[in-house]
Amino acid sequence: MVGYIHSFESFGTVDGPGIRFVVFMQGCPMRCLYCHNPDTWQRGGKEYTPEEVAANVRKYKSYFTGGGGVTVSGGEPLMQADFVRELFTILKNSGIHTALDTSGITFNPEDKHKFDGLLEVTDLVLLDIKHIDGAEHKKLTGHDNKNVLAFAEYLSGIGKPVWIRHVLVPGITDNDEYLTELAKFIGGLKTVHKVEVLPYHNMGEVKYKNLGVDYPLKGVQPPDAERVKNAKRILGVIK
Amino acid sequence: MKYKQWEGFTAGKWSDDEVNVRDFIQHNYKPYEGDGAFLEGATEATKKLWQEVLDLSAKEREAGGVLKADTKVVSTLTSHPAGYIDKQLEKIVGLQTDEPFKRSLQPFGGIKMSEQALNMYGYELDPQIKYIFTHYRKTHNDGVYDAYTPEMRRARTAHILTGLPDTYGRGRIVGDYRRVALYGVDYLIEHKKRDKELMDGDMTPDKVRDREELSEQIKALTALKEMAALYGMDISQPAKNAQEAIQWLYFGYLAAVKDQNGAAMSIGRNSTFLDIYIERDLANGTLTEREAQELIDHFVMKLRIVKFMRIKDYNELFSGDPTWVTESIGGMGVDGRTLVTKSSFRILHTLSNLGPAPEPNLTVLWSRNLPAGFKKFCAETSIATSAIQYESDDLMRPEMGDDYCIACCVSCMRVGKDMQFFGARANLAKCLLYAINGGKDEVTLDKKTGKHLQVSPMYSPVLGDGPLDFEEVKCKYEQMMDWLAGLYVNTLNLIHYMHDKYSYEALEMALHDTQVRRFFATGIAGLSCAVDSLSAIKYAKVYPVRNEEGLVVDFRTEGEFPQYGNNDDRVDQIAVWLVKTFMNKIKSHYTYRGSVPTTSILTITSNVVYGKKTGNTPDGRRAGTPLAPGANPMHGRDKNGALASLESVAKLPYEYSRDGISNTFSVTPASLGKDD
Repeated sequence: MVGYIHSFESFGTVDGPGIRFVVFMQGCPMRCLYCHNPDTWQRGGKEYTPEEVAANVRKYKSYFTGGGGVTVSGGEPLMQADFVRELFTILKNSGIHTALDTSGITFNPEDKHKFDGLLEVTDLVLLDIKHIDGAEHKKLTGHDNKNVLAFAEYLSGIGKPVWIRHVLVPGITDNDEYLTELAKFIGGLKTVHKVEVLPYHNMGEVKYKNLGVDYPLKGVQPPDAERVKNAKRILGVIK
Repeated sequence: MKYKQWEGFTAGKWSDDEVNVRDFIQHNYKPYEGDGAFLEGATEATKKLWQEVLDLSAKEREAGGVLKADTKVVSTLTSHPAGYIDKQLEKIVGLQTDEPFKRSLQPFGGIKMSEQALNMYGYELDPQIKYIFTHYRKTHNDGVYDAYTPEMRRARTAHILTGLPDTYGRGRIVGDYRRVALYGVDYLIEHKKRDKELMDGDMTPDKVRDREELSEQIKALTALKEMAALYGMDISQPAKNAQEAIQWLYFGYLAAVKDQNGAAMSIGRNSTFLDIYIERDLANGTLTEREAQELIDHFVMKLRIVKFMRIKDYNELFSGDPTWVTESIGGMGVDGRTLVTKSSFRILHTLSNLGPAPEPNLTVLWSRNLPAGFKKFCAETSIATSAIQYESDDLMRPEMGDDYCIACCVSCMRVGKDMQFFGARANLAKCLLYAINGGKDEVTLDKKTGKHLQVSPMYSPVLGDGPLDFEEVKCKYEQMMDWLAGLYVNTLNLIHYMHDKYSYEALEMALHDTQVRRFFATGIAGLSCAVDSLSAIKYAKVYPVRNEEGLVVDFRTEGEFPQYGNNDDRVDQIAVWLVKTFMNKIKSHYTYRGSVPTTSILTITSNVVYGKKTGNTPDGRRAGTPLAPGANPMHGRDKNGALASLESVAKLPYEYSRDGISNTFSVTPASLGKDD
């Protein structure tokens, strides 16, 4: 079995607890307007076996002592769930903490147990809820958010630890009403260990240029510190 | 106890007719495991004084980099009357000349360099001085050029050897300035005299030189007393309190910078030593914490305004006007106690009280066992000021013990026991091109023939237009490194002979043991470029591109190759091989005065200038573009994040690069994680 991988980051400090080795999978069904990794959208990437990736990860095990480990991100890792399951299985056997950074979009409420095998070897899910409003979610990502919310509830139901992540974009998600609604939804989940507000940034813009794609959020500025604080307050990150 | 100034100290070998500062520290220092809550802010006097310095700095910038320069008086320990910034406010006194920011004239390294530097800033060297230093008094620079071989000159012209200390002071020697405070100068003179008496027997050239140098040292110590007397102080006896200890110690350092315009003039490892005096005064009730901090602030202020008259190219080479007043802080003792004291905090706290500054180069000797409070304080100070350098005490201590210091940026020596002959760099990227081209330089032309300069003897070049064969290139590279290492060592042998002869660091060496260990510090430039080039030849197909002369001036590469900086053993092991191989070749040669050969990988900013002189390389780097600094991967080639990059560098064997390995690494705070 092989996985299609975009790249590795040996010093990940923003995708889960501690110092993390981050695997960026190649390929994503979403087309989020603010995506800063558009180079991971298409299928392709370099082929690796799970053992090859695990061997690479093991070189950094001594850095994981402060609660770190491996995060598989993307792209959308659930598109290559079998590969990730095998990778995580090997890593768990080596005593390494595993985190899955996903949008949850490929979760199907009609076939909820599809990812059970993977979730069994996943210590933490970083679940990115792009927008709480279905229609807005579709505008932002090209997809409805039903599956995402259903995945969150499923994870809550099976007792899987989750960090909820939410990108704050002026004019799109930075809206008190939506944020309040999102807070309410998160309040109903039982396994949320942390909520993270990720302020939108435009550092991905250059990648669009390289890909010859128009940048959809041209001119949109990152939210100011006050708005970030406001969102954090509403989502209960800070008092 | 021999001196009443030592009352309150625990006696030991140090007080029993020895010069042994480490023993004094070990018997008397108080490790501190707490936090920085005790620290005091700047006093009014400190603020006012510092503002005066800032005003002078602004004026200096407006004047184009030099505010004032001496064109007449040759700098010696006693050449200038006492100088002050603001006599009423200064707790620690002493300037290089009679005025702050007035640069001194130091022609012993080379009169040409002194003249050039003055001219560049619109000053005229006094004709009388020029006459004396061209007709009566030979300089280091003259000596070197009298003895250089044609091959050495070619290597220099072609920049395969770069930064040779042949026109300026070599620096990097760190006197044990603490000795001045602990013992007073008379005691030190007494011991040097005794050493000289013992130096008898067959008058071999070495012994004659040793005796002459010892006399120079004794004279320098006498001059040191006279220098202090100009400031109204008698330093023949030990310092009796903290203020005197700092002052005595600073006088020692001041004398060194009056005597030598060295490329790096580091100060040693002083804060824990000084802490013993501060603690004694605090216990006596003769000093308050506020006053203690003020003394340290004023001391550091002086170190911040050390200045030398240098040519503008020098500033370009180093991206600034560095003096490398490195002060080594903290670390662990060999007995397991930390060497962190409250004064380790105090000296770092100057970065808050006076604001951040590049000098003195405050360097924390980092150990995983440092007290948590100190680690936290360092981290906070780093975040606030970005002005602390860190080096691994855990790596250096096993070899160097617990009383070593850093000279320049990474070079370690035991204080007062080791000195070094600083030795520039060999450009290993260029050396690889020489291997391919049989020792013809790819950039420099022979002035007579207009063709590319044959720098080494005529080795057989790589022939044909097919892809380069790794084994063949490697074999030729080894031969070329044999040649380069030999030439390099011999060039340095010659340079240091002349420096000792014409610009001997009498004062600094007077503050060393007479039986000193000498290091022969060589250096490597262009490591990652050479390594990636070899990797390209090994793992991809590299075709040479020749000019009309038949010289390989470019390369066409097909396929991918692993690059250093990604924690990939296929290429990282080439780097390990290269460092070991070159060092072993260095070691196989005679080194001047029985010195111990070491090497360093630490071009911090000069990589840009060295790159300008290096042609296209097989790794795809274009001619004239920078090499990577120190042991860094080539810019932008480390594609797997920070740890992968650092792990590649960490594979380089320190045993083969004892003079230090540097890796320039910047991070934005946000990339280190989130606050909540």
